[in-house]
Amino acid sequence: MTNPTLAAGAVERHLRARRDTGRGLLMPYVTGGITPGWTDYLRAFAEAGADAIEVGLPFSDPTLDGVTIQQAGDTALARGASTRRILADLSAVRDLGVPLVVSTYYNLVLHDGPEAFCAALRRAGVGGLIVPDLQVHEADELTDVAAAAGIELVLLASPATPQPRLAEISCRSRGFVYAVSLMGTTGERAALAASAAELAERIRRVSDRPVLLGFGISTPDQAREARRHADGVVVGAAVMRRVLDGAGPDDLRAFLATLRQALDQECDRPR
Amino acid sequence: MRDVLLWPEPVEAAGTMGRPQARGRFGEYGGRYAPESLVEACREVDEAFREAWADPGFRGALARLLAVHAGRPTPLTPARRLSEALGVQLYLKREDLTHTGSHKINNVLGQALLATRMGRRRLIAETGAGQHGVATATAAALLGLEATVFMGERDIERQALNVFRMRMLGAEVIPVTTGSRTLKDATSEAMRHWVGATGDSHYCVGSVVGPDPYPWMVREFQRVIGDEARVQCAAELRTGVPDHVVACVGGGSNAAGTFAGFADTPARLVGVEAEGGAGAARGRLGVLHGCRSLFLQDDDGQITQAHSIAAGLDYPGVGPEHAHLRDLGRARYVTVTDDEAVGAAVRLARTEGIVPALESAHALAWVIRATGGGELPAGSTVLMTLSGRGDKDVSTLKELL
Repeated sequence: MTNPTLAAGAVERHLRARRDTGRGLLMPYVTGGITPGWTDYLRAFAEAGADAIEVGLPFSDPTLDGVTIQQAGDTALARGASTRRILADLSAVRDLGVPLVVSTYYNLVLHDGPEAFCAALRRAGVGGLIVPDLQVHEADELTDVAAAAGIELVLLASPATPQPRLAEISCRSRGFVYAVSLMGTTGERAALAASAAELAERIRRVSDRPVLLGFGISTPDQAREARRHADGVVVGAAVMRRVLDGAGPDDLRAFLATLRQALDQECDRPR
Repeated sequence: MRDVLLWPEPVEAAGTMGRPQARGRFGEYGGRYAPESLVEACREVDEAFREAWADPGFRGALARLLAVHAGRPTPLTPARRLSEALGVQLYLKREDLTHTGSHKINNVLGQALLATRMGRRRLIAETGAGQHGVATATAAALLGLEATVFMGERDIERQALNVFRMRMLGAEVIPVTTGSRTLKDATSEAMRHWVGATGDSHYCVGSVVGPDPYPWMVREFQRVIGDEARVQCAAELRTGVPDHVVACVGGGSNAAGTFAGFADTPARLVGVEAEGGAGAARGRLGVLHGCRSLFLQDDDGQITQAHSIAAGLDYPGVGPEHAHLRDLGRARYVTVTDDEAVGAAVRLARTEGIVPALESAHALAWVIRATGGGELPAGSTVLMTLSGRGDKDVSTLKELL
């Protein structure tokens, strides 16, 4: 059997190394182009202890996003954001010390073709890619192209995913496995869904790839609870609601620090 | 002229409009580009539909519902005065005479029956003109299901009467306030809602779009239009098969159902799109709402807003099978303007005593233009699907006429 860490890309190696020190992983999200100086948020995220940063490329029809990320995307598009401009902005960012993962819908990947898209990501210093409307059985077209460009294609798993398929997703995903915590769209929720723990445990049974729980994780308590079941969390809507309300990089640094602290506390406890 | 394309000779009829290829493909289009949370639900619909469609009990129950509730078969009406004026023999397949007033009921009764077979208690639907929403609300009431219909705010204003009809039928109508506030946004919102409701709800997609199996399933539920028309044409037309088969195309469900009855004949198939919503004629390869097809997009890959006087054609894409038929050259796709459609609606009203839906009037507008432009030679036989009646558009027309 090959050692998975040898075959792993840079994003996965980075996340595995941090996980193996016992650290709970934190991946905050920002919609690219949301404000004129939006890349300042990336620096703030890194300083607050992010282990990876997700940058959304806004799409006109985000069918898996709730109102907050929809509004963020509309705001960015109204400002003139586009794949090209956002990647140009990213190219100008000095090394953050953490990997960048882009997320977007498949139409934007297909627009100039998967090869050109992945090459553009690579040139902008992006290491990973999440495409929420590209399920594992439609991913063949992008998988090899992404791998050849050095882009780790992250696949999503859902509470509705049957076990054999979950094994396939976990095996074919690169970087980490994105565990969708609940049957719903992105957005803040009052509590972590019960389905989150079960899904994370089911993935762990078939894979030792890092597992990040996303969708609905909005508070330190929820992050702490998610950490008990998964390697870390993705926090999107809770960040973007603050950005839409006018919060700047310093505000977000402070908010993410509370999540960082919660994850660090949880990892001190026996698991 | 922008729409003139040469037909391949002979017209390629074999191998089209059968079952999709593996993984729901029509050539390079189709597929199941759904979020992971919906993939299992799509698989369940696929499995249930395949079983049901092979089950004579299901087919019989649906045929009976279509007969006793929806009023099928619908007549084939020769448009005598208009034919004489145009110099062709024009026959209208009268989907406007179905219960609820459009072809949408064919698909909805099929899916509602399937939903009950699957143990679902609620139907989710998107609607543009409101015809699919009304049909869904009707089928839900008939079969004792709940119905939740998503409708763009702009369409709610344009189609107030249909909103009232849906509510009277007991459906919940949820206004969609995002994006262009029309069909595309209603579809996105319905999909979002389905993600959280797969356990007890069936998403009753209204056109030949969406993730596999929807484009295929909806076409199969609509093929009753083409199958009936084929038999009626055989009895009525001297040639047996019409020279041209014409239908309007938004997502393309009435066209797909009509074409399915004639795909294996020499009939030339023509889909007529709205000038401002011409996914097949001017779209670019993309993925939206679960399938790979042709969509109107800007230079950055953002889906652009469609604009049509007919709310049912206000969709920036086209069903994947239409994209495939276009590539094969088996069907061609043309566009007409709002003005041409309105003119055609008035002409049909005054020559045949039929007020068509503005969607259907697009198909007629092309027939009128094509007879004048020589694309439809004198004496041609033309079958046109009159997909719906115009009552819903009376207030729109009143503003214009």
